[in-house]
Amino acid sequence: MLRIVLMAGTALAAGLPAAMAQEFKIGFITTLSGPGAGPGTEMQKGFQIGLKHEGWSKDGDKLAGVVTKVIFGDDQQKTDAGVREAEKLLDQEKVHVLAGIVWSNVALAVYPKVIAKGLPYVITNAGASQFAGEMCHPLLTSTSWNNDQIPEALGQRMNQDKIESIFMLAPNYQAGKDMIAGVKRTLKGPKIVGEDYFKLGETDHQASISKARASGAKAVFVFAPGGMGVAFFKNWAAAGAGKDMKLYTAFTVDWSTLPAIGDAAVGTYHTMYWNVDIDNAANKAFVKDFAAANGRNPSHYAAQAYDGARIIAAGLKATGGKFDDGPALAKAIRKAKFESVRGPFAYNVNGMPIQNIYLREVVKGADGKAAIVTRGAIFQNYKDAYWEKCPADKRL
Amino acid sequence: MGQLIFETVLNGVQFGVFLFLISAGLTLVFGIMNMVNLAHGSLFMMGAYIGSYVFQQTGSFALAVVIAIPFSLLLGILLEFLALRTLYARDHLDQVLATFGFILFFNQLVLRVFGATSQEFRLPDAINFPMPLFGFTYPSYRLIVIVVGLAVGAGLYLVIAKTRMGMLIRAGASNRAMVGALGVNIRMLFTLIFGIGAALAGLAGVMIGPIESVESGMGENKLILAFVVIVIGGIGSIRGAFIASIIVGLVEVIGRVFMKDILRTFLPEEFAQTAGPALASMSIYILMAAVLYFRPQGLFPARTG
Repeated sequence: MLRIVLMAGTALAAGLPAAMAQEFKIGFITTLSGPGAGPGTEMQKGFQIGLKHEGWSKDGDKLAGVVTKVIFGDDQQKTDAGVREAEKLLDQEKVHVLAGIVWSNVALAVYPKVIAKGLPYVITNAGASQFAGEMCHPLLTSTSWNNDQIPEALGQRMNQDKIESIFMLAPNYQAGKDMIAGVKRTLKGPKIVGEDYFKLGETDHQASISKARASGAKAVFVFAPGGMGVAFFKNWAAAGAGKDMKLYTAFTVDWSTLPAIGDAAVGTYHTMYWNVDIDNAANKAFVKDFAAANGRNPSHYAAQAYDGARIIAAGLKATGGKFDDGPALAKAIRKAKFESVRGPFAYNVNGMPIQNIYLREVVKGADGKAAIVTRGAIFQNYKDAYWEKCPADKRL
Repeated sequence: MGQLIFETVLNGVQFGVFLFLISAGLTLVFGIMNMVNLAHGSLFMMGAYIGSYVFQQTGSFALAVVIAIPFSLLLGILLEFLALRTLYARDHLDQVLATFGFILFFNQLVLRVFGATSQEFRLPDAINFPMPLFGFTYPSYRLIVIVVGLAVGAGLYLVIAKTRMGMLIRAGASNRAMVGALGVNIRMLFTLIFGIGAALAGLAGVMIGPIESVESGMGENKLILAFVVIVIGGIGSIRGAFIASIIVGLVEVIGRVFMKDILRTFLPEEFAQTAGPALASMSIYILMAAVLYFRPQGLFPARTG
């Protein structure tokens, strides 16, 4: 009671309406400038549509019955800028939830700041394996995946395809090594004839393709997100490499880069936890509104940020609109009932989704343009490989 | 193995020729006007963006090239006239700060206008197909890039060696003040050189855009390589820029393909696996450091005064 009186007193003394003190604030860190702005703005769009479907479209609108403000921060794909944005959101804006984050390194650097504040940390992309294992926390909930889940399914598919030999390509940084390790974890039949790391941000892959072809491999695996992937597919098609080798990719083509890649990716396979053709009401509504606003289909970055917005709203509903107790809100978010765009969806004790991983193929669509279609689930209700390393006292 | 070596050398030459298109303008501007222009990479990017925009509207790659080059020329002249002209008398730090500002400006401009996703920009199948060449297949378009680059090099050589304007450019590179003192309109010459440099950067952008990713910030990595090239080649020297481009292109690509295997012959496998790619991406900087140590003026220094 005393606290309420004090709060009201402070608000009045500052000349502010008392209602301001009751405002729920969400901080969303993503990448809005620099070379990482592609996935970053995609996440922002998805998050905004998610909020809109929960009845919020601008500051002052209500989310789950509570007046809400959303503040976006730009990390420029840099760790230091990400930490600065997080400090601003946590210390100055005093947000009640921190969400978003595209890059694993940024997410890892921001982690201690949010945990120290005892606030819910809802990650909508970065899938560092530490978050699934030793760094798991009741405050941390991911609406995306653990890095390894996606390539593990791809390795399984290569076994089924009875590929003789494979050449693997990835950028020379942590996620690149995680991806190759993920494929190797499930790969049984195919022989690995070569592994090559190119520099992060490389947009000329002709040299790597020459090397893969000279190795005599029957298939190539590549992980090249964003612009790197756009260049890779163009170089691949121009070299006619598809004639001799089958191409498997992870996070290298999605609906946001497909218009730039075009037919060069047709006939290639990759794995993903979701696609626009997954049949459920939430996904239909999401895809329709995204396409109406942007003139193309959403990518997975938008899909998982959409889920992020909706799970925060669902958590807030579950607490009856209370958000002062960070750990309680985090628990409510983790346990919330909501319909994910990916269909079957549950949380493991480490805050990582248990989900299906699908095979997707790039095909020539009915309208003559390249399209991505789902070819069934490789893994059903799939858990990440690290969850058993999550300490018992940190499980939820 | 022999085939891979041949293919890699070809890749290296192609990459070198592309680097030359970017560095030629940079070395002229730096050498003759003594101006550090970080926004040169942005001119490369603008060439690619305009090309992709024309391609999206008309579906024609030829038209994209035809429009992007004069556009880049005009953009360069405009940039020089409105802003960079005032920086010639300033020291290098001011020039770096101001032109870095232009990098941010152009990056943000294309984000606002075209959005954050990679732009659609493709080649017609008629010039971009896997071409049989001495028993292996090579992308035909990369051969075209080599031919265009060599033609530009030859053209620049002729202009600089045989024409009056070329004479002024050479004179400007070796002693700027004296050229002005002899009554040459040095301002006009500067604007023109800047325009030519911008047009070459734009040409590089529109040529390379369709085989990589047209996106905000695509010029920065290329700019760093171009600086390495002009430092190795000798600032202000077109001949130096050409030879250094080919050397840097070859070192970069050969390092990328073979460094790991070279290290493997005398180092443990585990170490070669991680050190290989790291050393490969450092190789051109090591080369630059070596050139600077033995020949601080670069391989073909243009300036004598």
